[in-house]
Amino acid sequence: MSNDVLFEIKDLEVSYGAIAAIKGISLKVHKGEIVAILGANGAGKTTTMRTISQLLKAKAGSIRFKEHELTNLPAHKIVKLGISHSPEGRRVFGILTVEENLTLGAFSQSKLDRKTLAWVYDLFPRLQERRKQLAGTLSGGEQQMLAIGRALMSNPEMVLLDEPSLGIAPILVKAIFKQIKEIAKSGVTVLLVEQNAKAALKLADRGYVLDVGKIALSGTSAELLASEKVQEAYLGKKN
Amino acid sequence: MDIFLQQLANGLTIGSMFALVALGYTMVYGVMRLINFAHGDMVAASAFVGLTIYTHVTGQATSLAAVVAIFLLSAVVMAVLGVVLERVAYRPLREAPRLSAVVSALGASLVIQNGIMLIWGPRMRIFPELVPQVYWDFGGVVISLIQVIILVLSLVLMIALYLFVEKTRIGAAIRASSIDQDAARLMGINVNSIIALIFIIGSSLGAVGGLFIGLYYRGITFNMGWQYGLYAFVAAIIGGIGNIPGAMLGGMLLGLFNAFIAGYVSSTWADAFTFILLIVILIIRPTGILGERVAEKV
Repeated sequence: MSNDVLFEIKDLEVSYGAIAAIKGISLKVHKGEIVAILGANGAGKTTTMRTISQLLKAKAGSIRFKEHELTNLPAHKIVKLGISHSPEGRRVFGILTVEENLTLGAFSQSKLDRKTLAWVYDLFPRLQERRKQLAGTLSGGEQQMLAIGRALMSNPEMVLLDEPSLGIAPILVKAIFKQIKEIAKSGVTVLLVEQNAKAALKLADRGYVLDVGKIALSGTSAELLASEKVQEAYLGKKN
Repeated sequence: MDIFLQQLANGLTIGSMFALVALGYTMVYGVMRLINFAHGDMVAASAFVGLTIYTHVTGQATSLAAVVAIFLLSAVVMAVLGVVLERVAYRPLREAPRLSAVVSALGASLVIQNGIMLIWGPRMRIFPELVPQVYWDFGGVVISLIQVIILVLSLVLMIALYLFVEKTRIGAAIRASSIDQDAARLMGINVNSIIALIFIIGSSLGAVGGLFIGLYYRGITFNMGWQYGLYAFVAAIIGGIGNIPGAMLGGMLLGLFNAFIAGYVSSTWADAFTFILLIVILIIRPTGILGERVAEKV
């Protein structure tokens, strides 16, 4: 297991000015896995994701993807290495069409890969139906599909999904999570951030629980689902 | 009717100059949310750069090749200066509060204006007659060759810019950067390069505008950037700042409005009416005519 580590964070620290948001976390992702990072609001989940993509700079520690150290790279070089990021709040380009958004997802590629586009439309047929529509006019769930689809357009080896269930109708959450499983099956490694711990652990192979900038707990999804601590804190069960 | 047609022709001419300059304001604002107050002075500088190229580089020739060379060289010089301006005055303040960048822009404006004065002197200079004085008289409506050149070349440049931004990969990257810089970075877009490109495009279009001002009005002064810059800035706001077709439309409307006020009311009142127009449009449509209509989703 240890020799197929695709991605590794070691002793990462991130601060906003004087306030430490991430206080030394380490985690590993193996090739082909779905790994979930769980935690409450403000635990540092999105900060971790943004630091991986270099939108935020680490104060200390290392982030390695294959043979590359990411912490010294500018943000726009990350996607080219094979990590793409579907950000929190979706951040689709609202005044551009669905198709223009997807085309921009392939910006790091020398040319638009029609096969990938067809695959994305296959995963989320709703996007194909609405391809000429402005992204800002889509529903929240459709925008989430677009954000994920856009991230896939660069043919990444690993995709970062930040809160894909945030503010979305439960029925669409189910549909989106099903497609995340499909994405993983196709060979794309998935690092997922979620507040919805139950849904995330059902999907993921392993998980890390983040609590105010530190990893409080880690293990396989089954272990975490069974853990009293997780049940109490995130699944709303008492005793 | 004669006055109407004459002022229509004059209005389209000055309108296309406003539009070329307005594009520089609007493109920079679109990506950086910054009013580049130095842009008008860059436009003025370009007329002086053109003058110097004419006297010292192309040897006071007025052949077509020489004129084309003056335009191209001036555009290149101003593009380089535009990139330098961004590096020196704006990039260090990228993360600073927006007001700091505005103050820096005002400072850059003064530096450029005084730079022109130091190099070329405080007195009015006469821009060379690069285009032969050819006039056509259509039953009382006089149109000059210069007007035709200004209008046609401006339209060509604006259509080219529009197609570049709407239809190309780099154009899409510019639009993405103007919507959400972080999301653009996640796509692999180098936003710093896009900003440099915006300054290259805006400054070279402004350079053409500056040369047109020299060709059309002949007299150029070190502080004329303030006046033309202000007009172009108003044009950009009328059209909807940040919106490229808006700047073109705003420039044309403002030029026509100005010409008609000058023709039917009084040329001394043209400025006052221009700002009344601005206020009225902003009251009716605070985002300008083509300003962004899609609400930001949080």
